[in-house]
Amino acid sequence: MRFIRKTHYRQDIQLFKHEGQVFWYALLALGLLAAPFLLSDFYLGELSLVFIYAIAGIGLMLLTGYTGQVSLGHAAFLAIGAYTHAYLLAQGWPFLASAATATIFTAVVGGIVGIPALRMTGIYLAVATLAFAIIVEQVLVHWESVTGGFRGMAVELPAIGALELDNSFNFYFLCLTVLVACLWLALNLLRSPTGRAMTAIRDSEISAQSMGIHLAYTKTTAFAISAGFTGLAGSLLAHKIGYLAPDSFTLLTSIQLLLMVVVGGLGSLHGVIYGAIFIGFLPQGIAVLRDTLPSGVAQIPGLEPGIFGLILVLVLIYEPLGIYGRWLKIRSYFEEFPLYRKAMHKRQRSYLRTERLK
Amino acid sequence: MEVLQLLVSGISQGCVYGLIALGFVLIYKATEMVNFAQGDLMMLGAFFAYTYLNLMELHFLIALPATIFTMAILGALTERVMIRPMIGEPHFSVLMLTIGLGFILRAAAGAIWGNEPRSLDLPYAGGVIDLNGLIIGYENLVIVVGTALLCTLLFLFFRFTRLGIAMQAASQNQLAAFYVGIPVKRIYSLVWAISAGISAVAGILVAPVSLIDPLIGFIGIKAFAAAIVGGFGSLPGAIVGGLIIGIVEQFAGLYLPTGFSDVSAYVILLVMLLIRPEGIFATMQQKKV
Repeated sequence: MRFIRKTHYRQDIQLFKHEGQVFWYALLALGLLAAPFLLSDFYLGELSLVFIYAIAGIGLMLLTGYTGQVSLGHAAFLAIGAYTHAYLLAQGWPFLASAATATIFTAVVGGIVGIPALRMTGIYLAVATLAFAIIVEQVLVHWESVTGGFRGMAVELPAIGALELDNSFNFYFLCLTVLVACLWLALNLLRSPTGRAMTAIRDSEISAQSMGIHLAYTKTTAFAISAGFTGLAGSLLAHKIGYLAPDSFTLLTSIQLLLMVVVGGLGSLHGVIYGAIFIGFLPQGIAVLRDTLPSGVAQIPGLEPGIFGLILVLVLIYEPLGIYGRWLKIRSYFEEFPLYRKAMHKRQRSYLRTERLK
Repeated sequence: MEVLQLLVSGISQGCVYGLIALGFVLIYKATEMVNFAQGDLMMLGAFFAYTYLNLMELHFLIALPATIFTMAILGALTERVMIRPMIGEPHFSVLMLTIGLGFILRAAAGAIWGNEPRSLDLPYAGGVIDLNGLIIGYENLVIVVGTALLCTLLFLFFRFTRLGIAMQAASQNQLAAFYVGIPVKRIYSLVWAISAGISAVAGILVAPVSLIDPLIGFIGIKAFAAAIVGGFGSLPGAIVGGLIIGIVEQFAGLYLPTGFSDVSAYVILLVMLLIRPEGIFATMQQKKV
């Protein structure tokens, strides 16, 4: 175990805690920069998709993992970002302006949705966001002049000035850049007073309020920021899938996003990345599984969502802290060897008392 | 007359929402957990009824209790295997867990019974009563009567039996209930069994109105809206909320452009959350320190 001797308060909010981290992140960055030269087009495309999922995941993680507000409707923000971006591009806007506008517009919508959501907690919020997502889906289907209804709409090819971004090589770097920028933004946010306030609200609303945190303001901000990140991911996703239709943004998509942050590990940005890798490569895993299973089992149409559900259930029961939590346990096992005890990571249970007072 | 006709179908549809909402409310009232898979339990109940009635050709009066019994066992089993390890975890985790459960149930039903829509051979299906031009189908009548009966039973159960009161105690404070000798774990299993039984009834009642396929569980979301509109945790509220949503949906389908009927339930929900988040029959209060 590494003990860091702190000599200054600034060390508490440093981006990198020690030199080891700098080394490993630099290695990772090198690997990611070299990847396009080593991998085939197909895997490059898959990696871009993982990056896009991760950007959306950062948004949801800030809301669910750090502020403690559950959203079952993040596919709606993804859809709003994607459609706004595609619509503006079709109107002849340049790529950067359009993506920025889509992000800001989604954030504003998120803020507006967040305002009524402030008065709710837990399940109420979850259901309200779910209702919002279903309404947005219906709007996408019926507002044909803008969204093309069921027929969908084609997305123009991305280009910044003269630089064409439609091949997988350039698109990979676009997604990577945006992801790194988003991670940096999120890390900075979490080190700032707003981020600390969000975490305080997650841990206890009552104590946060007693410390002078403005609940309504902080929750709305969290909602808007979360929606903004997801909207940005949506505008990239629009290019990735190339053709927008309402059935890309259903309840299943929302659940997939939620599955990502839960499986990755709630309350950590590492978890987002692990979750995105997991979600991105799960369909391939299932495809491989289909080949090995007997044909009767493999032909079940609802197999994929079923497996999603099964994984969600297993993770929640056996490893509520997700992949990142498991990694922390493995790491501390080796660091403490041979002194590791299971009880080191024992979760504290709380007994339930009603929120209904009558 | 048209208005009356719409009202009748709205009420019967609303009763179905109300019944599923009852299942939600029951589990919430007793365990303070939210079971998002309630609609899928209903779907499963309908499929078991299909197995007993159509495939095994049992008499309706045997098939009905058999379905309820099967589902009750399944409900208790679910609680034992999935929910019990989660006691003491945050609500959010349980919510996510039941969402996952819903996906599993849907895939399982698709694998066992197939995805094509099926209809149930019910003895009362198809008959109508004609009241001066107002047509009421037997199935709608059965839905309304069945709902009323079940509600009365549940009300009496929670109000007067030791078990019902023990369930309320377990929901208000797990630890205190345990201290006074209430077997909290067994109570939880029992609540899940009852709730699954109710959803089995809902499944049988709804089968003649809409065909059965693995996706009918999605009306559970509307039922959830109904439960919240009525005031989560209130049994009469669940039925009233269901009726409001059922009736509004029918009228929106006729008088508003297409698409509005589908979202009306959610619009009502959002409006309700804006103006009176605690629902019509409020059981929630702001927690004070």
